[in-house]
Amino acid sequence: MAKRVLIAEDEPSIVTSLEFLMRKAGFETRAATDGEEALSLLGTFRPHLVLLDIMLPRRSGLELCRLIRADASLAETRVLMLTAKGGHRDVERGLEAGADDYITKPFSTQDLVERAKGLMAAAGSASGEGQ
Amino acid sequence: MLQGWVIITVSFAYIGLLFAVAWFADKRAAAGRSIISNAWVYSLSLAVYATAWTFYGSVGRAATDGVGFLPIYIGPTLMMLLGWFVLRKMVRIVRLNRTTSLADFVASRYGKSALIGGLVTIIAVIGILPYISLQLKAVSNSFQILLGYPEIVMPPKVGSMVVMQDTAFYVALFMALFAIAFGTRQLDAAERHEGMVAAIAFESIVKLIAFLAVGSYVAFFMYDGLGDLFARAASRPDLGILMAPLGAAAGSYASWVWLTVLSMLAIIFLPRQFQVAVIENTDERHLRRAAWVFPLYMLAINIFVLPIAFGGVLHFPQGEVDADTFVLTLPMVQKAEGLALLVFIGGLSAATGMVIVETIALSTMICNDLVMPVLLRTRAFRLTEQRDLSSLLLDIRRAAIIALLMGGYFYYLLAGEAYALVSIGLISFAAVAQFAPAVIGGLYWKGGTRLGALAGLSAGFTVWVYTLLLPAFAKSGWLDAELVEQGPWGLELLRPTQLFGLAGLDQITHAMIWSMIANVGAYLIGSVVRRQSAAEHVQATLFVDVYQQTGEPGSAWRGATSASALQTLVGRFLGPARAAELFMSYARLRGVTSVDELEGDRDLVRFAELQLAGTIGAASAKTMVATVAQEEPLGLEEVMTIIDEASQVIAYSHRLEEKQQELESATLELKAANERLKELDRLKDDFISTVTHELRTPLTSIRAFSEILHDNPDLEGVERQRFLALVIKESERLTRLINQVLDLAKIESGLAEWRTAELDMREIVLESLNATSAIFKARGVQVEMRISPVTPRVMADRDRLMQVLLNLLSNAAKFCTPGSGRVELRLSCDASTVRVDVSDNGVGISAENQALIFEKFRQVGDTLTDKPSGTGLGLAICRRIVGHFGGRLWVESEPGRGSVFSFDLPAAAGAADPGSLAAGA
Amino acid sequence: MRKPSLRAYRIVSLFLLGCLLFNYPVLALFNVGATAAGVPVLYVYLFVAWGVTIALAAVVIEGGT
Repeated sequence: MAKRVLIAEDEPSIVTSLEFLMRKAGFETRAATDGEEALSLLGTFRPHLVLLDIMLPRRSGLELCRLIRADASLAETRVLMLTAKGGHRDVERGLEAGADDYITKPFSTQDLVERAKGLMAAAGSASGEGQ
Repeated sequence: MLQGWVIITVSFAYIGLLFAVAWFADKRAAAGRSIISNAWVYSLSLAVYATAWTFYGSVGRAATDGVGFLPIYIGPTLMMLLGWFVLRKMVRIVRLNRTTSLADFVASRYGKSALIGGLVTIIAVIGILPYISLQLKAVSNSFQILLGYPEIVMPPKVGSMVVMQDTAFYVALFMALFAIAFGTRQLDAAERHEGMVAAIAFESIVKLIAFLAVGSYVAFFMYDGLGDLFARAASRPDLGILMAPLGAAAGSYASWVWLTVLSMLAIIFLPRQFQVAVIENTDERHLRRAAWVFPLYMLAINIFVLPIAFGGVLHFPQGEVDADTFVLTLPMVQKAEGLALLVFIGGLSAATGMVIVETIALSTMICNDLVMPVLLRTRAFRLTEQRDLSSLLLDIRRAAIIALLMGGYFYYLLAGEAYALVSIGLISFAAVAQFAPAVIGGLYWKGGTRLGALAGLSAGFTVWVYTLLLPAFAKSGWLDAELVEQGPWGLELLRPTQLFGLAGLDQITHAMIWSMIANVGAYLIGSVVRRQSAAEHVQATLFVDVYQQTGEPGSAWRGATSASALQTLVGRFLGPARAAELFMSYARLRGVTSVDELEGDRDLVRFAELQLAGTIGAASAKTMVATVAQEEPLGLEEVMTIIDEASQVIAYSHRLEEKQQELESATLELKAANERLKELDRLKDDFISTVTHELRTPLTSIRAFSEILHDNPDLEGVERQRFLALVIKESERLTRLINQVLDLAKIESGLAEWRTAELDMREIVLESLNATSAIFKARGVQVEMRISPVTPRVMADRDRLMQVLLNLLSNAAKFCTPGSGRVELRLSCDASTVRVDVSDNGVGISAENQALIFEKFRQVGDTLTDKPSGTGLGLAICRRIVGHFGGRLWVESEPGRGSVFSFDLPAAAGAADPGSLAAGA
Repeated sequence: MRKPSLRAYRIVSLFLLGCLLFNYPVLALFNVGATAAGVPVLYVYLFVAWGVTIALAAVVIEGGT
């Protein structure tokens, strides 16, 4: 069964590229272009990994990240933050909010895919024991 | 009723009254409610200037000179005007240095030189003796004349009497006792005599009342008013010339001027005037009142002088009655006994006041600046080792007072008969005038040195002795008259009264000219031949810059000693109990509980020196303190550095004070500016990070798709095409963004190029519509135009204006609902402005967002379902462009009811173009 | 140094005025045999000028404190 990746990103072209990359890596994807949409998809789609843009409209990536961490049912969901500013403050705040890793735009596609795979492998083994 | 015992009883009763006043004032002072700390009392105490000379002598002078007596009183009037500068400075210096006398003052100024103090004392004593003798003469004469009542008998010549039967001798004796009782009952560290000052102020009132009484009596009772009196006088040839006496004799104007100058100096430098005006001053501000009250007193006491003089001359046969006695003899001859007695008391009052203050001032000088320095330096006396010297000090002063009055008495015996009262007094005036160069120079010129002062004082005094004192002795027969008439060794050029052949002047003018030339000359030469010592320079600066000092003067003392040693030393002079009290209060001031805890530092040494200075004078105090505190030698350079630093600090602190207010407000401004800077800094950071973010976004897509295309050569053709199209689109977006950021930066920094020209607005509006018609068509938005038929031209840059219009139109297209959108473009004008409105029926903008949209990178994306595709810089740039051409850009909108973006521009002057017709939609 | 006050200038001016009033040649103008109300003009002048100087001094030095 393919692992599920939720792409929360408001730039359509970036969404397109991420969808392509994730599918190519063998994951099932859904995309949300704002925070609200992402939140509703979290419940229904139950992703293993969220590629979360920190600057989402309507509900910010940081807020979403905290909600994910607060939700026990999403304990095995990994969060990979996408930040465009690349400043220390953003990275710190992202990690404080509970992100597992972060990547700065523009990113190397190879790097992104490897990190996504790595995060899900760790989550898989952890959740595998639980299941 | 004028028997001897009556006169004596009344005299002693009057003196008793003076004592009562003094006692009362002392008691009040002890209770902390000083009565002399009052500008009126201070002004009246200055009237000690009016002595028996004024009371009896002015009339005598007026009888021969007319108004010639007046310069002696007009001079002080002028000087009191300058008193606010000169006297105030002296008062300040005296207070800061606890100066005890004029001699102490001069000595202090010139490096606390004991030599100068001694010289000043000697000059003062010798110079003042004639003046004291004048008082004795006046009192004893008036007593004897009054005793002869009802006859008018001139007193016998002094030489014909035995000392023990001479009234003047007893007058001198009693006055000495009064002075001792007034001035030396206790030893005061501040050397102030409240009781004495109060008594002097009181006697000033008495002598004024007495003189005005006799003046009115003569003018209005003996004669029928001033007019009558002067008319009768005018009819007599000897008095007639006195109506306009000036210029009658050669040099009479010169004499007038010199008397004025002389009295100007006397009002400061007579030891008694220095005492009451400077030493006894309790508040500098009293000088303001004294500046006019004292002159007014002078005017009042002189107004009847001429009438009394003329009355006397008219009344008495020529030469029978001495004009110096008219004040007394006129009431006597009219049998006005009470008035005669009042006059006698007034004269006694004037003389007593003068003698008391003068002898107290001189005895302080003799004790502190003449006797003590000698005793302290003489090992045989071993004074420095004695335990308590305070009673010795008092004894020295008492002895000095007795010696002074005896000296005055002997001068009276020697020379008293030869001169009229005024002439005797003027000799004293000329003597004290010798202090002027050293003191005035010392107050305003730092360069005046000890050597200069010594030279000036010596030279001036020598000339005074030669030109005034020797002739006085010669005239009295005590010296060979030939010396004056022929000159020493027969050298006519050296004749004391016509020195170097200077003739045609009266004696005082002649003496003043030569003594001042010698004095000032020697002072200047002496001051410039050698450099000042360090100690001198310290003192010179303290005096000249006294207004710049706030507390006690800094001392260049660098030595160290113990507090108890200093206390013992001070105790020797002030008494151990008083010293213990002083040191204890000083210790408390320093915040320690006992004297032993005090450090023997510079301040303590200075404190001890000041306490001693108040008793024995600055020069002696310095010597005494040096016996217990080892002073390290202080080099001139070092002192100069200290002083330079100090004066710089003073100058700076003054300027700082002035700038204080400015600084405070500047601080507030700075704080505000700092806040603003922080805010700007934050905004700049925000801007950079926003720009960064905006740049990264398209770059992210470009890089991602490029890598995808690179890594997946086997992509389907359609997908490859789609990805490439996205790369191109994002590249365009990146380009646009970069251009706009640069554009905005250029406009904001003022580097943008503006090709301003006169433009037809309609042309540009139509062109912009053409350019955007494709966008509208693509989104299915309907466009309407309403263009005013006659539109003035505007001054603007064509491309920039196009940029604004395109931005507004494309925004309108973007925010309209596709399909049902309607955009209206309106061009209108009035006399001075051209206005463009672009309205849409889109989603509208909420009130709080209306201001934000004109800021950089503020897209109101949250209100939209789609993220706007603009850069967020367009409107910010538009607003700046319109602003550059003097117009405004604004928006009116309601959410859900569309927006109207409008801008206006000023019409180019007189450039309406009626020739071109309206274009319709 | 502190800047001299207006009062200081006034005082000095008054002093200079006094020097002028009680000096040659102004004195010589009044040094004549004439009388005013029976009183010699020199005598009248001196006391009037003196009184005026004192009054001005009172106003200048004590005024406005």
